[in-house]
Amino acid sequence: MKRLTICAALMLLAGCSGNWGWYVVDPTTPKGLINLKFMLNGMYYTILLSVTAISISVVVGLLVALPGLSPKKGWRRFNRTYVEIVRAVPILVLILWVYYGLPTLTGITLNVFWAGVLALALSDSAFQAEIFRAGIQSVAKGQYEASQSISLSYRDTMRFVILPQAIRRILPALGNQLVYMMKMSSLVSVIGMQELTRKANELIVSEYRPLEIYTVLVLEYLVLILIVSAGVRWVERRLQASEI
Amino acid sequence: MSDPRAPIISMRNVSKFFDDFQALRDVNLDVRLGERVVICGPSGSGKSTLIRCINRLEAHETGEIIVDGTVLTDNPKNLDKIRGNVGMVFQQFNLFPHLTVIDNLTLGPRRVLGLSDADAKARAMKYLERVQIPDQADKFPRQLSGGQQQRVAIARSLCMEPRILLFDEPTSALDPEMIAEVLEVMTELAASGMTMIVVTHEMGFARRVADTMVFMDKGEIVEIGAPEDVFTAPKSKRFGTFLQQILNH
Ligand SMILES: Nc1ncnc2c1ncn2[C@@H]1O[C@H](COP(=O)(O)OP(=O)(O)OP(=O)(O)O)[C@@H](O)[C@H]1O
Ligand SMILES: [Mg+2]
Repeated sequence: MKRLTICAALMLLAGCSGNWGWYVVDPTTPKGLINLKFMLNGMYYTILLSVTAISISVVVGLLVALPGLSPKKGWRRFNRTYVEIVRAVPILVLILWVYYGLPTLTGITLNVFWAGVLALALSDSAFQAEIFRAGIQSVAKGQYEASQSISLSYRDTMRFVILPQAIRRILPALGNQLVYMMKMSSLVSVIGMQELTRKANELIVSEYRPLEIYTVLVLEYLVLILIVSAGVRWVERRLQASEI
Repeated sequence: MSDPRAPIISMRNVSKFFDDFQALRDVNLDVRLGERVVICGPSGSGKSTLIRCINRLEAHETGEIIVDGTVLTDNPKNLDKIRGNVGMVFQQFNLFPHLTVIDNLTLGPRRVLGLSDADAKARAMKYLERVQIPDQADKFPRQLSGGQQQRVAIARSLCMEPRILLFDEPTSALDPEMIAEVLEVMTELAASGMTMIVVTHEMGFARRVADTMVFMDKGEIVEIGAPEDVFTAPKSKRFGTFLQQILNH
């Protein structure tokens, strides 16, 4: 099996070798350097889009998670309905709907960036709500009782006792969501957002070198996400060192 | 408040159900200011439920509970008033694991009583000294022994300066060699005049400290009286059997 894979890989490389045209993104040539810079420029919006969207979805997710933990049935039903509906819509469809549909419905036109942020944040907030709900539920009942016994208000109990413990536990899941968000942000290219994927597509139109350009695109995402993952692990380790 | 002999806690015909199961049956109990009450009884007899009703960690269904002149209901104003007067120490300590000892102690005073950081800290140090661990102030709970953690939990309650302290089996989760240090702190508290209701099976402590001994079984108060009376001449057979079991253990 292993040998077969290696054979296939070698054949592919040999077969393709004549067809690789790395000159399009070769940084030692002036044209290649310009093209490469053009592609890397998309990094700015990929990061800005993902980070803005996740900042919003974390807050919305928390606000949706809290009623899900309420003893009152109506509040819990609100939580379930929100999560089920939002989770059911494909992100791409949501992006198209927010960008093309929402202006007709509300009269408010969002630019490409904010339409992308809104769609990504909305979609992610359902997952964030589930993550927060599970994280908060994992904090022991005794922590609420101890807070009540010193008369701490609900807000302060959440803010100083429950959430700090819950967030430490859900940090790996939040890290995963950030990575997921960075990958999903590529979909915003369909409405013209100048992020990594859009830049690659535009370059292909003028250079006709999809293999090389998409390979660079894959590497761009790979490096970005490896760096983010390492950052998340670093934060996790630091928080763990400071407790439990 | 005008009559110092009036009970500071008064429970009248209190019943509590968990679904169909009745955990408390028509409980009547009066506790005077400064009185030390020890509650014992077999597992599942409703000891925890009884004291948890006093600060409304559980809500009773029927009957009336009056704490320091305030009737216990869901009214948030009454509830805050009562919880401000009633501290609780748990079997599992329930310290806040992500906060240092000093932050565990100052959280309530700062956020609930509105003390400044400096005042809250001074108060916390005062009570850490009282439970004899001022040197552990900057550690996290997990870095302390069980006995030390429980003493921090007692200090955390004291920082709210309650008039009544409830203890739910405060030494049951401790290794034997640490029980004494916690009982010593509690004995000292009792001597200082604190009103205490203690669920425990430490009969030596009960004999030394209790003014009133309560024995519960199946959700009822079966026997109540001064320790010297109930220990030497238990009126009910169930209490007699229970004592034998505990002492032979
Ligand atoms: N949240 C709850 N839901 C359902 N039943 C409960 C709940 N809490 C307590 N009970 C039941 O009520 C009864 C009394 O419980 P309680 O904890 O007051 O007993 P206890 O005397 O403190 O026992 P132990 O010595 O084991 O702590 C038990 O039968 C218990 O199973
Ligand atoms: Mg109990």
